Amino acid sequence: MMNMQFANEQEKLLHDVGVLSFVVTELSLYLDTHPNDRNALEYFRHYNRMANQARQEYSAKYAPLTISCVDASDCSNWQWALTPMPWEGGCN
Amino acid sequence: MWNYEKRLEFPVNIKESNADIAQVIISQYGGPDGEMGASMRYLSQRYAAPYREVAGILTDIGTEELAHLEMVATIVHQLTKDLSMEQIEASGFRNYYVDHTVGIWPQAAGGVPFNACEFQSKGDIITDLMEDMAAEQKARSTYDNILRLVHDPDVCEPIKFLRMREVVHFQRFGEANREDCSKAKHTIQSLRRIPTRPSKLWTSAFAPKERTCLDFCRACVPAR
Repeated sequence: MMNMQFANEQEKLLHDVGVLSFVVTELSLYLDTHPNDRNALEYFRHYNRMANQARQEYSAKYAPLTISCVDASDCSNWQWALTPMPWEGGCN
Repeated sequence: MWNYEKRLEFPVNIKESNADIAQVIISQYGGPDGEMGASMRYLSQRYAAPYREVAGILTDIGTEELAHLEMVATIVHQLTKDLSMEQIEASGFRNYYVDHTVGIWPQAAGGVPFNACEFQSKGDIITDLMEDMAAEQKARSTYDNILRLVHDPDVCEPIKFLRMREVVHFQRFGEANREDCSKAKHTIQSLRRIPTRPSKLWTSAFAPKERTCLDFCRACVPAR
Protein backbone atom coordinates (compact mmCIF):
# COMPACT_ATOMS: atom_id res chain seq x y z
CA MET A 1 0.00 0.00 0.00
CA MET A 2 2.84 2.36 0.82
CA ASN A 3 4.57 2.72 -2.55
CA MET A 4 1.47 3.05 -4.76
CA GLN A 5 0.66 6.32 -6.48
CA PHE A 6 -2.82 7.77 -6.02
CA ALA A 7 -4.36 10.76 -7.75
CA ASN A 8 -6.08 11.90 -4.56
CA GLU A 9 -7.10 10.98 -1.03
CA GLN A 10 -10.41 9.48 -2.22
CA GLU A 11 -8.64 7.05 -4.54
CA LYS A 12 -6.25 5.99 -1.77
CA LEU A 13 -9.05 5.42 0.74
CA LEU A 14 -11.07 3.36 -1.75
CA HIS A 15 -7.96 1.30 -2.46
CA ASP A 16 -7.62 0.65 1.31
CA VAL A 17 -11.28 -0.44 1.47
CA GLY A 18 -10.62 -2.84 -1.42
CA VAL A 19 -7.50 -4.34 0.14
CA LEU A 20 -9.03 -4.78 3.61
CA SER A 21 -12.29 -6.18 2.23
CA PHE A 22 -10.33 -8.64 0.12
CA VAL A 23 -8.55 -9.96 3.23
CA VAL A 24 -11.97 -10.40 4.87
CA THR A 25 -13.31 -12.27 1.80
CA GLU A 26 -10.29 -14.56 1.75
CA LEU A 27 -10.54 -15.29 5.48
CA SER A 28 -14.29 -15.93 5.20
CA LEU A 29 -13.79 -18.64 2.58
CA TYR A 30 -10.96 -20.20 4.60
CA LEU A 31 -13.06 -20.19 7.77
CA ASP A 32 -15.98 -21.86 5.95
CA THR A 33 -13.87 -25.00 5.58
CA HIS A 34 -11.80 -24.49 8.78
CA PRO A 35 -14.42 -23.17 11.25
CA ASN A 36 -12.40 -24.06 14.34
CA ASP A 37 -9.11 -22.36 13.39
CA ARG A 38 -8.58 -19.88 16.22
CA ASN A 39 -5.70 -18.06 14.52
CA ALA A 40 -7.86 -17.44 11.45
CA LEU A 41 -10.73 -16.25 13.69
CA GLU A 42 -8.35 -13.76 15.32
CA TYR A 43 -7.19 -12.50 11.89
CA PHE A 44 -10.82 -12.20 10.84
CA ARG A 45 -11.74 -10.11 13.91
CA HIS A 46 -8.79 -7.79 13.30
CA TYR A 47 -9.27 -7.21 9.57
CA ASN A 48 -13.07 -7.11 9.66
CA ARG A 49 -12.88 -4.25 12.18
CA MET A 50 -10.37 -2.38 9.97
CA ALA A 51 -12.44 -2.97 6.81
CA ASN A 52 -15.61 -1.70 8.49
CA GLN A 53 -13.81 1.41 9.74
CA ALA A 54 -12.38 2.16 6.26
CA ARG A 55 -15.81 1.63 4.65
CA GLN A 56 -17.45 4.01 7.16
CA GLU A 57 -14.72 6.63 6.68
CA TYR A 58 -14.96 6.51 2.87
CA SER A 59 -18.76 6.64 2.97
CA ALA A 60 -18.79 9.61 5.34
CA LYS A 61 -16.25 11.60 3.29
CA TYR A 62 -17.11 10.73 -0.33
CA ALA A 63 -19.95 8.38 -1.30
CA PRO A 64 -21.97 5.71 0.52
CA LEU A 65 -20.64 2.20 -0.25
CA THR A 66 -23.63 0.32 1.17
CA ILE A 67 -27.20 1.31 1.99
CA SER A 68 -26.38 1.06 5.70
CA CYS A 69 -23.63 3.68 5.16
CA VAL A 70 -26.14 6.23 3.80
CA ASP A 71 -26.42 9.16 6.18
CA ALA A 72 -29.45 11.10 4.96
CA SER A 73 -29.55 13.44 7.98
CA ASP A 74 -27.50 16.29 6.50
CA CYS A 75 -28.24 15.79 2.80
CA SER A 76 -30.94 17.34 0.67
CA ASN A 77 -30.67 14.65 -2.03
CA TRP A 78 -30.31 10.87 -2.41
CA GLN A 79 -26.55 10.30 -2.53
CA TRP A 80 -26.91 6.52 -2.90
CA ALA A 81 -28.22 6.97 -6.46
CA LEU A 82 -26.44 10.19 -7.43
CA THR A 83 -22.83 9.14 -6.75
CA PRO A 84 -20.95 7.30 -9.57
CA MET A 85 -21.56 3.62 -10.35
CA PRO A 86 -18.51 1.32 -10.07
CA TRP A 87 -18.33 0.55 -13.82
CA GLU A 88 -17.87 4.23 -14.70
CA GLY A 89 -14.13 3.90 -14.10
CA GLY A 90 -11.94 6.68 -12.77
CA CYS A 91 -12.04 6.28 -9.02
CA ASN A 92 -13.18 2.76 -8.25
CA MET B 1 -31.01 -11.87 0.87
CA TRP B 2 -28.18 -9.78 -0.51
CA ASN B 3 -26.77 -6.29 -0.01
CA TYR B 4 -25.08 -4.34 -2.79
CA GLU B 5 -21.70 -2.75 -2.17
CA LYS B 6 -21.15 0.11 -4.59
CA ARG B 7 -17.58 -0.69 -5.64
CA LEU B 8 -15.78 -3.38 -7.66
CA GLU B 9 -13.96 -6.23 -5.91
CA PHE B 10 -10.86 -5.22 -7.91
CA PRO B 11 -10.48 -1.91 -9.78
CA VAL B 12 -11.16 -1.72 -13.55
CA ASN B 13 -10.01 1.46 -15.34
CA ILE B 14 -9.59 0.80 -19.07
CA LYS B 15 -8.51 3.78 -21.17
CA GLU B 16 -8.50 2.31 -24.71
CA SER B 17 -11.49 0.83 -26.56
CA ASN B 18 -11.02 -2.58 -28.15
CA ALA B 19 -14.00 -4.30 -29.77
CA ASP B 20 -12.24 -7.59 -30.61
CA ILE B 21 -11.02 -8.12 -27.05
CA ALA B 22 -14.48 -7.25 -25.67
CA GLN B 23 -15.99 -9.99 -27.80
CA VAL B 24 -13.55 -12.52 -26.35
CA ILE B 25 -13.97 -11.43 -22.72
CA ILE B 26 -17.79 -11.47 -22.84
CA SER B 27 -17.47 -15.28 -22.75
CA GLN B 28 -16.67 -14.97 -19.05
CA TYR B 29 -19.98 -13.10 -18.61
CA GLY B 30 -22.36 -15.58 -20.26
CA GLY B 31 -20.20 -18.32 -21.80
CA PRO B 32 -19.94 -22.02 -20.88
CA ASP B 33 -17.38 -21.42 -18.08
CA GLY B 34 -18.37 -17.85 -17.26
CA GLU B 35 -19.25 -16.08 -14.03
CA MET B 36 -23.02 -16.19 -14.60
CA GLY B 37 -22.94 -19.99 -14.72
CA ALA B 38 -20.58 -20.08 -11.74
CA SER B 39 -22.76 -17.93 -9.47
CA MET B 40 -26.01 -19.68 -10.47
CA ARG B 41 -24.38 -23.12 -10.03
CA TYR B 42 -23.22 -22.56 -6.45
CA LEU B 43 -26.23 -20.53 -5.31
CA SER B 44 -28.57 -23.23 -6.68
CA GLN B 45 -26.63 -26.22 -5.35
CA ARG B 46 -26.42 -24.99 -1.74
CA TYR B 47 -30.00 -25.98 -0.77
CA ALA B 48 -29.12 -29.67 -1.13
CA ALA B 49 -25.90 -29.37 0.93
CA PRO B 50 -26.33 -31.53 4.04
CA TYR B 51 -23.52 -29.82 6.00
CA ARG B 52 -23.41 -26.19 7.06
CA GLU B 53 -19.73 -25.81 6.17
CA VAL B 54 -20.54 -26.82 2.59
CA ALA B 55 -23.72 -24.70 2.36
CA GLY B 56 -21.59 -21.84 3.73
CA ILE B 57 -18.80 -22.15 1.17
CA LEU B 58 -21.33 -22.46 -1.69
CA THR B 59 -23.09 -19.28 -0.50
CA ASP B 60 -19.90 -17.26 -0.06
CA ILE B 61 -18.22 -18.36 -3.30
CA GLY B 62 -21.53 -17.94 -5.20
CA THR B 63 -21.71 -14.40 -3.82
CA GLU B 64 -18.11 -13.64 -4.82
CA GLU B 65 -18.91 -14.89 -8.33
CA LEU B 66 -21.60 -12.19 -8.57
CA ALA B 67 -18.87 -9.62 -7.86
CA HIS B 68 -16.79 -11.23 -10.63
CA LEU B 69 -19.77 -11.06 -13.00
CA GLU B 70 -19.87 -7.32 -12.33
CA MET B 71 -16.11 -7.00 -13.00
CA VAL B 72 -16.37 -8.84 -16.35
CA ALA B 73 -19.35 -6.68 -17.40
CA THR B 74 -17.37 -3.57 -16.42
CA ILE B 75 -14.40 -4.67 -18.57
CA VAL B 76 -16.67 -5.25 -21.60
CA HIS B 77 -18.53 -1.98 -20.99
CA GLN B 78 -15.33 0.08 -20.74
CA LEU B 79 -13.85 -1.60 -23.84
CA THR B 80 -16.94 -0.80 -25.95
CA LYS B 81 -18.64 2.36 -24.63
CA ASP B 82 -16.57 4.80 -26.72
CA LEU B 83 -16.30 2.76 -29.94
CA SER B 84 -16.78 4.69 -33.18
CA MET B 85 -18.97 3.31 -35.99
CA GLU B 86 -15.79 2.85 -38.06
CA GLN B 87 -14.24 0.69 -35.32
CA ILE B 88 -17.42 -1.39 -34.99
CA GLU B 89 -17.64 -1.93 -38.76
CA ALA B 90 -13.96 -2.90 -38.96
CA SER B 91 -14.15 -5.48 -36.14
CA GLY B 92 -15.97 -8.73 -35.47
CA PHE B 93 -18.11 -6.79 -32.98
CA ARG B 94 -20.64 -5.78 -35.66
CA ASN B 95 -22.59 -9.03 -35.17
CA TYR B 96 -23.05 -8.30 -31.45
CA TYR B 97 -23.75 -4.62 -32.16
CA VAL B 98 -26.70 -5.29 -34.43
CA ASP B 99 -28.61 -7.10 -31.65
CA HIS B 100 -27.39 -5.33 -28.49
CA THR B 101 -25.74 -2.00 -29.53
CA VAL B 102 -23.16 -1.74 -26.73
CA GLY B 103 -25.43 -3.11 -23.99
CA ILE B 104 -24.23 -6.02 -21.86
CA TRP B 105 -25.89 -9.36 -22.69
CA PRO B 106 -24.85 -12.85 -21.51
CA GLN B 107 -23.39 -14.81 -24.40
CA ALA B 108 -20.29 -16.84 -25.23
CA ALA B 109 -17.53 -15.43 -27.44
CA GLY B 110 -19.02 -17.36 -30.37
CA GLY B 111 -22.46 -15.75 -29.89
CA VAL B 112 -24.18 -18.68 -28.14
CA PRO B 113 -26.60 -17.28 -25.50
CA PHE B 114 -26.23 -18.13 -21.81
CA ASN B 115 -27.97 -21.40 -21.02
CA ALA B 116 -28.66 -23.05 -17.64
CA CYS B 117 -27.49 -26.34 -19.19
CA GLU B 118 -23.96 -24.99 -18.71
CA PHE B 119 -24.17 -26.10 -15.07
CA GLN B 120 -25.79 -28.77 -12.94
CA SER B 121 -27.51 -28.87 -9.58
CA LYS B 122 -27.79 -32.58 -8.95
CA GLY B 123 -29.07 -32.68 -5.38
CA ASP B 124 -26.12 -34.90 -4.45
CA ILE B 125 -23.44 -32.87 -2.71
CA ILE B 126 -20.52 -35.08 -3.72
CA THR B 127 -21.55 -34.99 -7.38
CA ASP B 128 -22.04 -31.21 -7.12
CA LEU B 129 -18.70 -30.52 -5.44
CA MET B 130 -16.88 -32.57 -8.09
CA GLU B 131 -18.55 -30.43 -10.77
CA ASP B 132 -17.61 -27.27 -8.85
CA MET B 133 -13.92 -28.19 -8.77
CA ALA B 134 -13.95 -28.92 -12.51
CA ALA B 135 -15.81 -25.64 -13.16
CA GLU B 136 -13.12 -23.64 -11.37
CA GLN B 137 -10.42 -25.28 -13.50
CA LYS B 138 -12.36 -24.64 -16.71
CA ALA B 139 -12.80 -20.97 -15.80
CA ARG B 140 -9.09 -20.75 -14.93
CA SER B 141 -8.20 -22.20 -18.37
CA THR B 142 -10.47 -19.63 -20.05
CA TYR B 143 -8.74 -16.78 -18.20
CA ASP B 144 -5.37 -18.28 -19.26
CA ASN B 145 -6.57 -18.17 -22.89
CA ILE B 146 -7.77 -14.58 -22.47
CA LEU B 147 -4.37 -13.59 -21.08
CA ARG B 148 -2.71 -15.07 -24.18
CA LEU B 149 -4.93 -12.88 -26.39
CA VAL B 150 -4.85 -9.61 -24.41
CA HIS B 151 -1.85 -7.30 -24.07
CA ASP B 152 -3.32 -4.10 -22.59
CA PRO B 153 -2.18 -4.01 -18.92
CA ASP B 154 -5.41 -2.17 -17.97
CA VAL B 155 -7.30 -5.31 -19.05
CA CYS B 156 -4.73 -7.93 -17.95
CA GLU B 157 -4.58 -6.84 -14.30
CA PRO B 158 -8.27 -7.47 -13.45
CA ILE B 159 -8.20 -10.67 -15.57
CA LYS B 160 -5.18 -11.92 -13.58
CA PHE B 161 -7.08 -11.20 -10.36
CA LEU B 162 -10.09 -13.19 -11.59
CA ARG B 163 -7.84 -16.08 -12.64
CA MET B 164 -6.26 -16.16 -9.18
CA ARG B 165 -9.67 -16.40 -7.52
CA GLU B 166 -10.50 -19.54 -9.56
CA VAL B 167 -7.45 -21.21 -8.03
CA VAL B 168 -8.50 -20.29 -4.47
CA HIS B 169 -12.10 -21.44 -5.04
CA PHE B 170 -10.84 -24.78 -6.39
CA GLN B 171 -8.85 -25.22 -3.18
CA ARG B 172 -11.84 -24.46 -0.94
CA PHE B 173 -14.20 -26.79 -2.84
CA GLY B 174 -11.53 -29.48 -2.56
CA GLU B 175 -11.47 -29.03 1.22
CA ALA B 176 -15.27 -29.11 1.37
CA ASN B 177 -15.21 -32.38 -0.57
CA ARG B 178 -12.56 -34.15 1.52
CA GLU B 179 -13.37 -37.42 3.24
CA ASP B 180 -12.41 -35.92 6.59
CA CYS B 181 -14.38 -32.69 6.16
CA SER B 182 -17.81 -33.86 5.12
CA LYS B 183 -18.12 -37.28 3.59
CA ALA B 184 -16.92 -39.31 6.57
CA LYS B 185 -19.77 -38.06 8.72
CA HIS B 186 -22.17 -40.34 6.90
CA THR B 187 -21.91 -43.21 4.55
CA ILE B 188 -22.84 -42.47 0.96
CA GLN B 189 -25.97 -44.55 1.50
CA SER B 190 -27.22 -42.48 4.44
CA LEU B 191 -26.32 -39.25 2.60
CA ARG B 192 -28.60 -40.24 -0.24
CA ARG B 193 -31.50 -40.64 2.20
CA ILE B 194 -31.40 -37.02 3.41
CA PRO B 195 -31.25 -34.80 0.41
CA THR B 196 -34.07 -32.44 1.34
CA ARG B 197 -35.54 -33.09 4.80
CA PRO B 198 -33.90 -32.40 8.16
CA SER B 199 -33.71 -35.64 10.08
CA LYS B 200 -32.01 -37.26 13.05
CA LEU B 201 -28.96 -37.72 10.84
CA TRP B 202 -29.02 -34.03 10.00
CA THR B 203 -29.01 -32.84 13.61
CA SER B 204 -26.39 -35.35 14.67
CA ALA B 205 -24.09 -33.99 11.96
CA PHE B 206 -23.80 -30.74 13.88
CA ALA B 207 -23.38 -32.14 17.38
CA PRO B 208 -19.99 -31.22 18.90
CA LYS B 209 -18.90 -34.83 19.26
CA GLU B 210 -19.29 -35.29 15.51
CA ARG B 211 -16.89 -32.50 14.73
CA THR B 212 -13.69 -34.51 14.98
CA CYS B 213 -13.37 -34.48 11.18
CA LEU B 214 -12.81 -30.73 11.33
CA ASP B 215 -10.03 -31.09 13.88
CA PHE B 216 -8.41 -33.36 11.34
CA CYS B 217 -8.86 -30.63 8.69
CA ARG B 218 -7.01 -28.22 10.94
CA ALA B 219 -4.13 -30.62 11.40
CA CYS B 220 -3.64 -30.60 7.62
CA VAL B 221 -3.23 -26.81 7.45
CA PRO B 222 0.46 -25.85 7.22
CA ALA B 223 1.73 -24.28 10.44
CA ARG B 224 2.19 -20.53 10.28
